[in-house]
Amino acid sequence: MPQKYTIHTKPAPPKFYPVGKYATIEFRENCAGSCKECVKKKCVYDIFKKNYLHMSQMEEPEYLYTCNSCFRCIQECTKGIFSRVINPEYRGIGDEYYTPDVINRTWYQAHTGSIPVSGAGYRGPFAGKGFDSMWTDMSEIVRPTRDGIHGREYINTCIELSRRPERLAFHEDGSLAVAVGPILEIPLPILFEKPKFGVLSQKVLVSMLQAAQTIGTKMFMDADDIDETLESFGTVIIPNVKKDNFHKFADLLKRSDMVEIDYEPGIEHVLEKLKAINGNLAISVGLPLSAALNYAEIGVELSKTVMDTLHVKADYNGREFNSQNPRFIKDMLRDIHIAMVKAGTRRQINILASGGVSMAEHVNKTIICGADGVVIDRPLLLAMECRLCNRCRNELSCPVKLGDIDPEYGSNRIINLMGAWRNQMLEMLGAMGMREARRLRGEVGRSMWFEDLEKESFAPIFGERKISLDVG
Amino acid sequence: MKEKINLLPETKPTPSRFRNTIGKYIIKRNSSCISCGKCAALCPHGVHIKPDNHIAPFRPVEHKCIGFDCKDTDHYCIDHCPEEALTLKENPLLETMGDYRWTPEMLLGHFAMAETGSAPHVDLEYNLGNSGGGFDKMRFKKPDAGLAIDLSDEDMDTSIDLNKTGDGRPEKTISIPCYGGGMSYGSTALSVIVGRARAAKRLNSLTCTGEGGYPPEFLPYKDHVITQVATGLFGVREETIQNCPVMEFKYAQGAKPGLGGHLLGEKVTEAVAKMRETVVGRPLFSPFPFHSVYSVEDHKKHVDWMKEINHKVLCSVKVSTPTDVDMVAVGAYYAGAHIIHIDGSYGGTGAAPDIAKKNIAMPIEYAIPKVHRFLKEEGARDKITLIASGGIRNAMDVAKAIALGADGCVIGTADLVAVECVRCGNCESGRGCARGIATTDPELGYMIDEAYVEQRLVNMYMAWRKQWCSLLRSFGMKSIRELRGRSDLLIHLDYLDEEERKQYQPAPGYKMVL
Repeated sequence: MPQKYTIHTKPAPPKFYPVGKYATIEFRENCAGSCKECVKKKCVYDIFKKNYLHMSQMEEPEYLYTCNSCFRCIQECTKGIFSRVINPEYRGIGDEYYTPDVINRTWYQAHTGSIPVSGAGYRGPFAGKGFDSMWTDMSEIVRPTRDGIHGREYINTCIELSRRPERLAFHEDGSLAVAVGPILEIPLPILFEKPKFGVLSQKVLVSMLQAAQTIGTKMFMDADDIDETLESFGTVIIPNVKKDNFHKFADLLKRSDMVEIDYEPGIEHVLEKLKAINGNLAISVGLPLSAALNYAEIGVELSKTVMDTLHVKADYNGREFNSQNPRFIKDMLRDIHIAMVKAGTRRQINILASGGVSMAEHVNKTIICGADGVVIDRPLLLAMECRLCNRCRNELSCPVKLGDIDPEYGSNRIINLMGAWRNQMLEMLGAMGMREARRLRGEVGRSMWFEDLEKESFAPIFGERKISLDVG
Repeated sequence: MKEKINLLPETKPTPSRFRNTIGKYIIKRNSSCISCGKCAALCPHGVHIKPDNHIAPFRPVEHKCIGFDCKDTDHYCIDHCPEEALTLKENPLLETMGDYRWTPEMLLGHFAMAETGSAPHVDLEYNLGNSGGGFDKMRFKKPDAGLAIDLSDEDMDTSIDLNKTGDGRPEKTISIPCYGGGMSYGSTALSVIVGRARAAKRLNSLTCTGEGGYPPEFLPYKDHVITQVATGLFGVREETIQNCPVMEFKYAQGAKPGLGGHLLGEKVTEAVAKMRETVVGRPLFSPFPFHSVYSVEDHKKHVDWMKEINHKVLCSVKVSTPTDVDMVAVGAYYAGAHIIHIDGSYGGTGAAPDIAKKNIAMPIEYAIPKVHRFLKEEGARDKITLIASGGIRNAMDVAKAIALGADGCVIGTADLVAVECVRCGNCESGRGCARGIATTDPELGYMIDEAYVEQRLVNMYMAWRKQWCSLLRSFGMKSIRELRGRSDLLIHLDYLDEEERKQYQPAPGYKMVL
């Protein structure tokens, strides 16, 4: 029996204090000084233990970052000298999509390799835009069992990147009558991509590639950026070429098993030329999800060529490019997937989606919407302690010295993050009763959508909805 | 053989366990104070206290302060202090409390109800969260003038029946349309779960063991304790089924649908391990699903098994809210269940993956009308009790759930908030809850006593009951049973024209830092 695919994680504590949510405020002038009931000594989480150290060492107090929000020090101090505020630095990190909470959870997973678990119920809004307007289904009585998915039962998260023949045909003697190319498969439906911005030193890129190599996935990267050191990662890299420059990289493409070429009108002929360079090369076409393009139609046309994988690209927040009223990737993907299903070509090719995948839950949701797998970049930076502070964009120094990261440490953090993401995928797949990530593709029946639930449950009671749904 | 419903239990002031309470406002007294005691003499809310034998007044009891609403009265301490030693402002601490579902004001409002047994006198929004959907967007319509009736709370009926099948088993009735959700011995402090049982007895309601066994401390209250049979079968024995008036099959839990439970090793103390017949310090997983149930026939076998062990027991079936929750409910009915308990995805838990809490299964607001309608279409609605849980936070959520079609609700988180849970979410970590609620730690587990839990819960439910009675009276109803399925009395703000919407309290919609 082949060995089960597992991502082996090991803790990689942060080198810099993660930006905590709460800042404990202490009005020391009111402290009784010699109080025998001092709440600092009683703190269940011992966060005040090293409190005195920071004063002598002129460091920031640790409890700025580690408060667990139990309120006991505030409520039990005999002089009432404690209060709390939201750490102003916490408010400043990230943006509307990559919220401080998303960033903090990513750091936690990159540190521990564990799934974020907490007590009490869900804390967020009822529903929201984008992926937050979807819920996944579950089944009360189906296999695989939950105790099994981390043990004796197996949920397969493999996806293919190579094209599949529509059907097999055989000669009378039983030999194959159709050409079947090599099968290119990766063990989890997550690929990496070199981020568009950030501190992208060679150490950072090596961290990403090393992690991709260890867990068996691949990383998209401009062919121009591949130097000798990076080239040593061989087929882990999917070089990205253009219509005008692909011939420059013929040698590289001969050594690769997959290539990506940017979409341009008339690209179909170039795909044949790429196959001519290396017949075993899986070809991905990178298609920006721009309002200026009829991406569903283009996708269908490309699926009739020798293309193996369509890589659709939304912006960082999963939105359509060049639009005043941008659509979200889940809706765009649905259109592309359904158009290909109608054209009868969906099964032959693969779809990868990038943009808007910031958390583990987005992987399964993207697949439900019609993708085979996702491509991520920002979460890789976050795993390496990036704060999305954007200082690097203004050529200011990086607060976590990302450029100098030790690739061993960096890749460890990324592997941890991917391990935690995959385990979360398994939890969701297990709850849905799915044994295989591939079977989730386009399986909207295993999901529930805000607009559908409102119509089904509320419309018979409340009538017509007057506030339009903003779920894009 | 209908049971007699108990008289309403007495409410008693039960102050906070903590020295410094948290209020919506903070009042500071600076060093200019000359301890004249004027503020103490003025304040009718008990914010300022200066006992005769004390030189200086106590620190202000901030959670009782009504804030700037007091400005127009003749007892506004800020203006009347001769030395201008007092300052009043909104408490910035509130920004660091709560979340979209349990806002800081909802938490403080429930602390106040549990303390006093009445609605808070401070201007707190305790019935609406900030989630921007579901119950938080629903309101009861303004009742027509003339509908209101004049009945005292004592004469109002808030009871519900748990056995509608007419199968000869006891026609169990509880006096409030709520009972306690499962909290296991092991996940929650013994004093808390026993306190809940004591409160259930006084309220003539029920509480539930959860999946942790049946500690002997429950025996004096056994007529009010549901025995839960969950997938791990921890602590389930024949006698625990024989003890209980209602037994509950837990197929799934709303907070972690399809995942089963997980008790961390730190919480498996010697006593917990003994009760669950396991090993000290080893984490315990409840598997998912029931390994002996893969069809409705298998499920019926389970129900029949329980009914055979205890000829008086009523069977409840707790399920989560998948797309086909309506089919599951009907299946449970045909298998002979008395109660179908649907647990929505935003419910509470001692520990669950965050990804599950947010993403798996549908919120309870969608599931209730779906199940109610389907049971009606099947002609089964009046023969089974529909109980909803998972994100039912306050008295009006209960009323809205009933109007959507439930008979009653199961409450978990609000019970814990009544005993001063702040929903910090650390129930599962290390020694467990730092506030002594969800813990088995030898030190932390004794921060609370049973009597405190009992009385705080009685107080909170009596405060809720007052709200239900007031609502029912305004619609001319004498019984909460009349409210069931009256979704015509509800509106949803997003389904109203702008002009109509203005007539109702807007949904809180402020940005929170999560």
